[in-house]
Amino acid sequence: MYEHDVLIIGGGLAGLRAAVEVTRAGADVAVISKVHPVRSHSNAAQGGINAPLTDRGDDWEGHAYDTIKGSDFLADQDAVEVMSSEAGEAVLELERMGVIFSRGEDGKLGTRAFGGQKVARTFFVGAITGSAILHVLFEQSLKLGLNVYEEWFVTKLIIEDGVCRGVVAIDLKSGEMHTIRAKAVIMAAGGAGRVFEPSTNALICTGDGLSLAYRAGVPLMDMEMIQYHPTTLARTGILMSEAARGEGAYLLNASGERFMEKTAPDYMELASRDVVSRAEQTEIDEGRGIDGNVLLDLRHLGRSFIEAKLGYLQEVSVEFLGIDMAEQPVPVQPGMHYIMGGIKTDVNGATNVPGLYAAGECANVSVHGANRLGANSLLDTVVFGRRSGVHAVEYIKGVGAHSKTEGDLASEKARLQALLDRPKGERVATVRDDMARGMTKGIGVFRDQASMEGALENLNNVKSRMGGFSIENKGKVFNTDLMFGLELEFMVDCADAVVAGALTRKESRGAHFRTDITERDDKNWLKHTLMYQDDEADNGVRVETSDVKITQWEPVKRVY
Amino acid sequence: MPDAKQGTKQETMHVNLKVKRYDPADSGGKTWWQEYEVDIHPDSTVLDALIEVREQNDGTLAMRCACRASICGSCGMKVNGSAKLVCKTRAIDVSPNGEQMTIEPMGNQHVVKDLVVSLDTFFAQIKRVEPFLQPDHVPAQGEYIASNASMENLLTSMNCIMCGCCVSDCTVLEVDSNFIGPAALAKAWRFTEDPRDGKRDERLKMLNDEDGGMWDCTRCMKCVDVCPKGVAPMDRIMELREAAIQAGNTNTPGYHHTESFYNSVKKNGRLDETRLAIDSAGWTNLPRLLDLAPIGIAAMRKGKLPPLFPHKAEDHKKVKDLYESVEGESK
Repeated sequence: MYEHDVLIIGGGLAGLRAAVEVTRAGADVAVISKVHPVRSHSNAAQGGINAPLTDRGDDWEGHAYDTIKGSDFLADQDAVEVMSSEAGEAVLELERMGVIFSRGEDGKLGTRAFGGQKVARTFFVGAITGSAILHVLFEQSLKLGLNVYEEWFVTKLIIEDGVCRGVVAIDLKSGEMHTIRAKAVIMAAGGAGRVFEPSTNALICTGDGLSLAYRAGVPLMDMEMIQYHPTTLARTGILMSEAARGEGAYLLNASGERFMEKTAPDYMELASRDVVSRAEQTEIDEGRGIDGNVLLDLRHLGRSFIEAKLGYLQEVSVEFLGIDMAEQPVPVQPGMHYIMGGIKTDVNGATNVPGLYAAGECANVSVHGANRLGANSLLDTVVFGRRSGVHAVEYIKGVGAHSKTEGDLASEKARLQALLDRPKGERVATVRDDMARGMTKGIGVFRDQASMEGALENLNNVKSRMGGFSIENKGKVFNTDLMFGLELEFMVDCADAVVAGALTRKESRGAHFRTDITERDDKNWLKHTLMYQDDEADNGVRVETSDVKITQWEPVKRVY
Repeated sequence: MPDAKQGTKQETMHVNLKVKRYDPADSGGKTWWQEYEVDIHPDSTVLDALIEVREQNDGTLAMRCACRASICGSCGMKVNGSAKLVCKTRAIDVSPNGEQMTIEPMGNQHVVKDLVVSLDTFFAQIKRVEPFLQPDHVPAQGEYIASNASMENLLTSMNCIMCGCCVSDCTVLEVDSNFIGPAALAKAWRFTEDPRDGKRDERLKMLNDEDGGMWDCTRCMKCVDVCPKGVAPMDRIMELREAAIQAGNTNTPGYHHTESFYNSVKKNGRLDETRLAIDSAGWTNLPRLLDLAPIGIAAMRKGKLPPLFPHKAEDHKKVKDLYESVEGESK
């Protein structure tokens, strides 16, 4: 029998930060994750974490405005105010826990420039910021003796009378399924990048958390907002951090021109990501690219600087492409990177289901709106991870005993067994690749009605095959084959919401750029899209909208 | 849309894999070898080949992988006998002429299934070094003041992604499961060198005194060779030893060994192995000396006992000059 006051799904930055907070409050907490916490995708964040530190001349309103402008005015401004005003303390606290942030001459934390901001307020550890923070939070979890269900995969949230009461999960090492009861559940299960192919995301980013909440009746908000990162390595799709451009790298087309001059004369390579990705894609589409890429040029920064500040990028470039960045520019292209949309929460991480909280990439507070600024994702995880921990602890004070039913366990066991018992059919990977390629094709850097309808048609085809794929591995111990099948089902839910949101939004805003409707439409579309899973609705998705919260910054045309 | 493969070579590479399999449920505890053949892009990694196997060929093959970019540490395994992070190992480098490559789970760790090993051993070692900052004071507000150089110095160890490759191929752990191991010692170094940590002396003393601590490393270099992230754990262990000695931890076999080695080579130009053994044990440490006796007798029977009184090397004065010149430079 497993019972905890608070159960956190996911062991990345948001999950571990929430766990630290719940532990500090004296509640009984556990983390459950399908991978060991240090394998989480928070590792992949390279460039840094934003924070306006007021004691060195910055102000949080400046960061808030840059974030809101970056979001193309789709972010909820009350949420951004919370994030920006708590950012400084959040980052300083990470330093005090042991993160080895880069320093200035005075021994205080130093910064680098990042996209969409004129103030250099990005704190960093080389080009391994996410990894360096994740490992320190893991250190803290060991200090606190945190209970972790390592390599346990959640298959269902237990919802009783509309209230979240725990999860059903499979212990991958034994193959046994269990109920874990909890008075509150915090979803911190990361993004859904693998819904697209190619993607910079780890193979584990399969939208599990989004789908689990979606199935439990929580709306997924603004799912059409998919971030294409401007610099992913040719062919492999591996991320090359924005830190390169933050430290002064150029983007060049085939004739060696810094083409950003045309679209963002003021910010150049450091315009916000959607703007840079579109500029690159335009160069490539109009024949000024090189084999489907543009060039990221760091040569003028010099070898010693590259190795000291951007060592991981040099490692990746040499290992995967055989290119020494001090000698040669690196071919890069826009690549699917981040999902701004997610589980709708308030600024305390609460969803519309009592007892269910969400934080990090799977959540949408919304602070990123239609386009996230680089180095705001790490900030999002620690600020809202902490807040969801605080508020989950408050919430459980009003919850009596744990639930006592076992009903979901039996039905989940039966569901998984039925999946295993299917006759031989298509391979999971075949169906998954068809879904993901179709999503990238239709919901790309540029999209239009026809491409999005193409994505819908493709997705419907994929959905018609979901009953026909089979699981080759019938064993119990570490049956990842079965997990991949369940992940595919999660991804299809996410894809449903992405396509429905995209087809609903009849404007261009941030990452949702339609070549058939190129203007932003604040009159009709200063709104969030809310996708609910609903068997009665077209394609199984009911779409509602809600107004964006504006506090002090009226929308204006976005110019970089 | 960008096509990931656009413009690059389209020919494929044939990869021939021999994978060590194990399933506790099906094989009654026995392992077996299974061969696979796949065609992949010539720039692909060994991980790409294994994913191709798992997805298109054999869904029962168990392995871990996640980021594909050498940052999550999931995919450590042995390739042709040596631990590697397979996501950053290009297939063509392992098998330039299409040779069969052997893939096995990492060593020194319990195998769960096929290429998946239990992480319990690894993280039990990590926990032994109290791997979290233990400062004397915490600033009430703001950050600790520390030089940038002191933080960049720690990057060496913070680059560790806990993949376990060093533990896998550690030759000491093969025979001494009590050794804290290269990864945990490199992690410990990250705290002894962190100016914000307040427990440096205690940490060094613990790592010095503890059975299985810093002196158990035999300097075989394996961990330096196999670490995919340049952490060079053995170098960190040597720095720990130096720091421990400087902090006054000199009453250990490890220190006596070092001192004896130093003195005998300086004096004779060669190693006095008999004296090294006795010095390391301690001249008054009778139980330890008695432990050595059977080894000495066995060596004598095989004619391998080193001379009781060492001969000096012909050029031993040159060795002494070398010592003086090196020590002069470091002053």
